[in-house]
Amino acid sequence: MAVHVRPLCAKWCTYVPGARASFHAMTAAARPDPIVTADNAFFWEACARGELVAQRCGACGAFAHPPRPMCPRCHSTQREVARLSGRGEVWSWIVPRHPAPIGFAEAPVVALIALDEGVRLVSNVVGVAPEAMRNGLRVEVAFEATAGGKAVPVFRAMGRG
Amino acid sequence: MFGAGRAVAIAGIGQTTYARRDERSESLLAAEATLAALRDAGVAPADVDGMITYTLDPVDEIGICRALGVRDLALTSRVPGGGAGALGTIHQAAAAVAAGACETVLVWRAINQGAAYRYGQPQAGGMFQPGSGTSSLLWCMPFGAQAPATWAALAIQRYMHEFGVTSRDFGRIAVLHRKHAATNPAAIFHGKPITLDEHQASRWIVEPVLRLLDCCQENAGAAAAVITTLERARDLRQRPVQILAAAQSIPAEAEVISNYYHADLTTMPEAMGVAKRLWAQSGLAPRDMHAALLYDAFTPNVMKQLEAFGFCEHGEAKGFVADGHCELSGSIPTNTHGGHSGEAYIHGMNLVTEGVRQLRGTAANQVAGAQLVLVSSGMAGAILAKA
Repeated sequence: MAVHVRPLCAKWCTYVPGARASFHAMTAAARPDPIVTADNAFFWEACARGELVAQRCGACGAFAHPPRPMCPRCHSTQREVARLSGRGEVWSWIVPRHPAPIGFAEAPVVALIALDEGVRLVSNVVGVAPEAMRNGLRVEVAFEATAGGKAVPVFRAMGRG
Repeated sequence: MFGAGRAVAIAGIGQTTYARRDERSESLLAAEATLAALRDAGVAPADVDGMITYTLDPVDEIGICRALGVRDLALTSRVPGGGAGALGTIHQAAAAVAAGACETVLVWRAINQGAAYRYGQPQAGGMFQPGSGTSSLLWCMPFGAQAPATWAALAIQRYMHEFGVTSRDFGRIAVLHRKHAATNPAAIFHGKPITLDEHQASRWIVEPVLRLLDCCQENAGAAAAVITTLERARDLRQRPVQILAAAQSIPAEAEVISNYYHADLTTMPEAMGVAKRLWAQSGLAPRDMHAALLYDAFTPNVMKQLEAFGFCEHGEAKGFVADGHCELSGSIPTNTHGGHSGEAYIHGMNLVTEGVRQLRGTAANQVAGAQLVLVSSGMAGAILAKA
């Protein structure tokens, strides 16, 4: 495992200031922190408050994900942070088996979630076994902690726990 | 003909040996492959005046100049999009020569994946540089989507879902590649064909999409080509291969690999964009092609390109492949060198070298009477013709 971790650490720590401390604080099964940039910080800050948000144009109201500096429809730079319902459906899903993703005790279900507001988000479906996964599964957001104490959105099947 | 300027040709090709492991540095591999291409063409290295490679290529233009003894470069450029942009080097070289910006362009890709770094391993920061074409990978990392196979598979699963495509269907591409590689002495998997059962028994890399034998392998090698005017190429050592059409396409919301944000994930809009431009430039159609060389980081990419270029209908590639259309004896012999999963993963540049060999009549698995070949790396492509 150390063979895999060291080059990742070297790259990651170079790229993300301050990552070195949180990386080395990780246990083997601690989810990596999000990579925060000037353009996406609003998203991860909302996650820390337990809110799922997306960028929305302040002029024409169009949602945009991934976030961008300008609305491609009307070219307004007024960017709003809009709270989302947190509901959607599984658009696609996979289970990465090899090499094992770093920061997960068990292989996660990685899913593309089509949110009801019309944007797609890469995330995890938790609490559903791979054998029970299916496209179109209705899901709603929950939040999970990362190694460095940040939060990321994950999704659970609707109507359960 | 390409553009409005001078007719352009590939005058020479070169490559190193391809191997799983190699002691040579990437700069040495690049120097050897580019020199081989120049010698193949019969062009003096000093006379090269243009150089184009990938944004991801680790070898510096000045380093190649110093190694080859190039006198004075008039033009350099780098193409984004990782391997998907590979044919963008041919596109830009053709555009530059057609316009008269330079006369003799060297394009190359050198790769030594086992020596300096481990390819395909989970990573969190290394691929976000501008020009990689993959700037939204940071939306994947905290969720365990940390490696190329995972990023690619997440979009491919939707294609499987909508069209009832299974791992066995992808396996037929893997078997085809290894069959072609088995009779290609330059291939890493020369003499090593596989069966569909062996494909199905190979372990999951990303369930339920990609098995080990769907994936290109970590390897080392370099390939290169020399582009000049058709007129000059006629006076050089080899019979020229004309670049009849060349194009790049990066449609709205399309990305290289974290490609989740365009409308229909069962299509490959970047390849559809390349196809539209190539057919328009050349006035040709899929039925006119004698072979197709289609980029495969993973086997499903081949099926999506067969559909994007119109060799079969959207969603019908699984039957098209199963019916033998991509075999040497089929309607469109595909990846005749063994593709990336069979010959070597030289990031698309070895699609160009095979296209040229087919049109010279020197391929290991020669398509009889090949006159026109489609070469596509996904986000760029070219139609090559016997001149």
